[in-house]
Amino acid sequence: MVDTLLEVQGLTVSFATRFGEFTAVEGIDLSVAAGSIHGLVGESGAGKSTIGAAIMGLLPASGRIAAGSVTLAGEPLQHLDDTAWHRLRGSRLAMIFQDPQTSLNPLIRIGDQLVETIRQHADIDETEARSQAIALLDETGIHDADTRIDDYPHQFSGGMRQRVVIALALCTDPELIIADEPTTALDVAVQQQILDLLKRLVAERQIGVILITHDIGVIVETSDRVTVLRHGRVVESGPTRRVLGSPAADYTRALMAAVPRMETRLPRFRGILDDVSADLAGPDVRQASVADGFRVQGASAEYASSWLLRARDGASTAHEGPLLEIDGLSVTFGASGGGWFGIGRREGVHALQDVTVSLAAGTTLGVVGESGSGKSTLAKAITGLVDPSAGTMRFDGAALPPGGTRRRDHASRRRIQLIFQDPFASLDSRFTVERILAEPVRHYGHATDKGEVRRLVASMLQLVEMPQSALRKYPHQFSGGQRQRVAVARALLARPELLIADEPTSALDVSVQAQILNLLRDLQDSFGLTMLFISHDLAVVRQIADTVAVLKGGELVEFAPNERFFSAAEAPYSRYLLSETPSLAGLEEVAADSLGVVQPAR
Amino acid sequence: MLSDTWSRWQRFRVDNELVHLFLHSPVAIASALVATLAVMAALLAPVLAPFDPYDIGGIDLLDSLLPPAWTDDGDVRFPIGTDDQGRDLYSAILYGLRLSLLVGVLSVSFAALLGVTLGLIAGWFGGWVDALVMRIADVQLALPAILTALLVDGIARGLLPDGSHDRLMLVVLTVAIGLSLWVDFARTARASTLVEKRKEYVQAAIIMGMHPLKILARHVLPNILGPLLVILTIDLAVAILLEATLSFLGVGVPPNQPSLGTLIEIGTGYLFSGEWWIVLFPALALVTLIVSVNVLGDFLRDVFDPRLR
Amino acid sequence: MTAFIARRLLQAVFVMLIVSLIAFALFRFVGDPVAQMVGQETSLADQARLRASMGLDDPVLVQYGRFLQRLVTADFGYSYRTRQAITEMILSRAPATIELGFVSLLISLIIGVPAGIYTAIRKHGVLANAILILTLVGISVPTFVIGIGLIYMFGVQLGWLPTFGRGDTVALGGWNTNFLTLDGWRSILMPALTLGVYQLTLTMRLVRAEMQGVLKSDFIRFARARGIDYSSLYLNHALRNTLVPVITIVGLQFGGVIAFSIVTEAVFQWPGLGLLFLDSIRYVDIPVMSTYLVLIALMFVTINLAVDLSYALIDPRVRLSGKGS
Repeated sequence: MVDTLLEVQGLTVSFATRFGEFTAVEGIDLSVAAGSIHGLVGESGAGKSTIGAAIMGLLPASGRIAAGSVTLAGEPLQHLDDTAWHRLRGSRLAMIFQDPQTSLNPLIRIGDQLVETIRQHADIDETEARSQAIALLDETGIHDADTRIDDYPHQFSGGMRQRVVIALALCTDPELIIADEPTTALDVAVQQQILDLLKRLVAERQIGVILITHDIGVIVETSDRVTVLRHGRVVESGPTRRVLGSPAADYTRALMAAVPRMETRLPRFRGILDDVSADLAGPDVRQASVADGFRVQGASAEYASSWLLRARDGASTAHEGPLLEIDGLSVTFGASGGGWFGIGRREGVHALQDVTVSLAAGTTLGVVGESGSGKSTLAKAITGLVDPSAGTMRFDGAALPPGGTRRRDHASRRRIQLIFQDPFASLDSRFTVERILAEPVRHYGHATDKGEVRRLVASMLQLVEMPQSALRKYPHQFSGGQRQRVAVARALLARPELLIADEPTSALDVSVQAQILNLLRDLQDSFGLTMLFISHDLAVVRQIADTVAVLKGGELVEFAPNERFFSAAEAPYSRYLLSETPSLAGLEEVAADSLGVVQPAR
Repeated sequence: MLSDTWSRWQRFRVDNELVHLFLHSPVAIASALVATLAVMAALLAPVLAPFDPYDIGGIDLLDSLLPPAWTDDGDVRFPIGTDDQGRDLYSAILYGLRLSLLVGVLSVSFAALLGVTLGLIAGWFGGWVDALVMRIADVQLALPAILTALLVDGIARGLLPDGSHDRLMLVVLTVAIGLSLWVDFARTARASTLVEKRKEYVQAAIIMGMHPLKILARHVLPNILGPLLVILTIDLAVAILLEATLSFLGVGVPPNQPSLGTLIEIGTGYLFSGEWWIVLFPALALVTLIVSVNVLGDFLRDVFDPRLR
Repeated sequence: MTAFIARRLLQAVFVMLIVSLIAFALFRFVGDPVAQMVGQETSLADQARLRASMGLDDPVLVQYGRFLQRLVTADFGYSYRTRQAITEMILSRAPATIELGFVSLLISLIIGVPAGIYTAIRKHGVLANAILILTLVGISVPTFVIGIGLIYMFGVQLGWLPTFGRGDTVALGGWNTNFLTLDGWRSILMPALTLGVYQLTLTMRLVRAEMQGVLKSDFIRFARARGIDYSSLYLNHALRNTLVPVITIVGLQFGGVIAFSIVTEAVFQWPGLGLLFLDSIRYVDIPVMSTYLVLIALMFVTINLAVDLSYALIDPRVRLSGKGS
């Protein structure tokens, strides 16, 4: 029964880079049994994809297997040349990638792609191959497979495309499938369906699967065994319940502590990795540590802190009610009367329809929804990037004019600040950190003297737990989490009252996410910031939000306080979302206190 | 502090991807060297050239059609021979290089200025401004470069009173070649602007209420310089090529100020009667110049393309 | 789709209108049409009468309207230099240029596309590098230098091929063709090669760049992971995606070929449209200049339109729309 399909021992992969030989992974031990799913989990840079590529023989030209062995049903693979390996690919080993959109050739019908793959590995004629293809599509859950087989990839939705991808991987009846982040690009509900499909296929066909992901929830849902990776080395491995439920290694413990839970709301993420080195940028990092001895005279976190508090005391909110009130807001895109002579008239997309929410000062509103729900549009409407087509917005009691008519020196442009999702694109890569941070200070006239600006900027960096030496560096020299801290500092240097965070942690690793969320909470507590937190991740919203608003297709589905929403949501869609989110509840029984949930007398 | 400056240079070298790749590519270094030599030769032509090929008084018809110095009939005064007027070919090539580079650089700068400005505006403001610029570009694209250049030249010939045409030739050529190349810059600038506009750091500036022109100048332009630099180099080669072609056809620089193209044209007539040097050396000089610029352009294109995306 | 076609058509019309405006402005305002046509002895009164009879005193808009009308009926007026009807001149010389362009394009495609594919697949290797160096030279050496070089080598030194002119042509109705005589082929070979080299280089570089891009894509990676045969991978999967954008550029290249023929025709004294245009520039023969302008623009615009439409037909993402469930 326990049939070891794949055995990896002491695998070491290195790459030849500009800076010398770089060891991506070292000493990896891994075994996959037939009929089981082995999860490979780790944060970015851990080397998960490298291992997958190595097993398939798909390492880039600069990479090689420096040591160790990869054995498939007793046969060693590591010394095979490309031709021999290529014969195994598809027939015994298969791999699927993250983005179904780019994985399929847009110019070839999926039927032709399937038939070609089948006939590559089996000597059968076209009609036979075609009927096999149809059967496969059926098996992976594509309805009307016999007609849809002649469609092109773009005629399928995201989830359906991933099913096609899985069908393509299966059509040669491989023994082992490596799935590299197969559901990361998909919405939560679709993700669940794909994972269920994988589990079913594994059980029915008795194949082995290596599931590579950074998402702990996915691992808990699917994997029998798990290997935790960090910086190219195995930290811990074993049965999932044991490793993730009662972890032996410190790193695993810290990792699990950083995963946001749905069950209880904690005041802070405790027991997570606190050091900045948890956030290394990868092989390009030439500095051993980010900090060095550079300091600006008179700059400190306290200086920034008192500067922010001074502003708050000075500007007393006259208005008693909520800080932000959105009433019947609608935003429609792309409706046009037509280009030349009315050709190309379009109806328009209703990004937001009649949304009404409010936000009390000093609290956090979590706006949650799947892609296309309109969450980002809400942020854009408030900050004036798009114009509402109907409805009103009020900030601190006064009407908030739509973006098109909002003056460039309108006070709300300072009092409302936005933090974006993509830490790579949110900072001008040609500016030094100092210049990036100085921009709001000068623009809003907070300080004009060069020395004063410098002092303020350096202090704010300290406040967000970044070293002052970062001032002289460029964004590309930092990792995602560090860049987000800079983004937060930039927002704070405007002296805002409302901070809108549009998926600020979605592109970050889970440990870093926990750090940033802690930071945001601390800032809110210290300075009374009001926050609008947008996310697709219900667990994150559970931890950070005081009130929750659910959007679907531009419409507000539910608006409720945190506790009530997560214990007894009313709308069917809300309940659906809650049930589809992978939960770690199964681990709870194993060791509740190691997660810091129970408050013992420790 | 000297040590401070030195460490800044070191950091610049290591951090700057472009510089690093350049220093490790022998081909790029070689062509940069050649290009630099050409520029130096062009700038220092008055110093380096033993004769002034434009000075009619200094030319003696008796010296015409002399072969290079190392052949039997050669004259040591004229290292690579003379042309049909008795001009020293070596000097003529130096001055010709100068002219080719001058026209090339001027016209490309004109094209860049015009094109980038229009492209930035079109990309940023969109709407009818964008449509207008793109339609004008469409018209320009309907007329290939050489046609535009010839046309402008022809029009100038027709409009300007005789005599002044020669003096204004430089301006006419710059405008003619520049007009045929601006669309490359405009399209690249526009496409890059559209991409940058969507990026969050630009959105942040918009939200802040920064003036659009300030955003364009401070944030957008510096970030789109990469692809623009590639186009600049490639189009410089095209500009030099165009000028040479126009001069060869007799509608470029005035005949008393020969550029490399003119020299080649003169030389063609004598090629078949055995005076091979009048064609060969100018042609070699021209091709070397263009090749080095193209190699640099290729190098830049590789650097700025997918790797750093 | 129909909206797309309609919009592109309108765009084409717009461009042609602007071009015709430029041509008209050229015609009317550069130089004096009357002064070009009459001798020195003609009295001023006669000149004025001539001017009136040619309609040059009418309002500009009316003149423009008349100009457009004549354009549409292919009445291009008379050359200042030869006094011939321009339409006749064009018709008699067009076959020379078109045949030349056709052969050049053929050469550039037959050599350029395979070379581009080869150098994209074999990134390193002696032949690949040699080809790359040759293409570098190809785009750096001016067309006229290539022409002269070829003439010197094969015409003068080796004496294999004629050094100028069209050689023996055969008249097929109104069309004089080079293709039916050996001498005709020998005459067209060098000019076509000269013209083709630049195009060839451009094609090759384009195909190479596109293919390199495609080879890095995820779907190629996935196909490789499925064990698809390498030759099928390159020649079926990758090539298909490469050629789609390439086809559009190639269409535009034909226009470039016609335009660059000016230089080649000058070097080889090939009696085509390019040489005609060149003479018109030299002698400031405005009517011919503006006619050539309009014709070239028309050709480009038509090709552009055809290319855009064919792109829409080839790419299924444009042709079919909508998502399944």
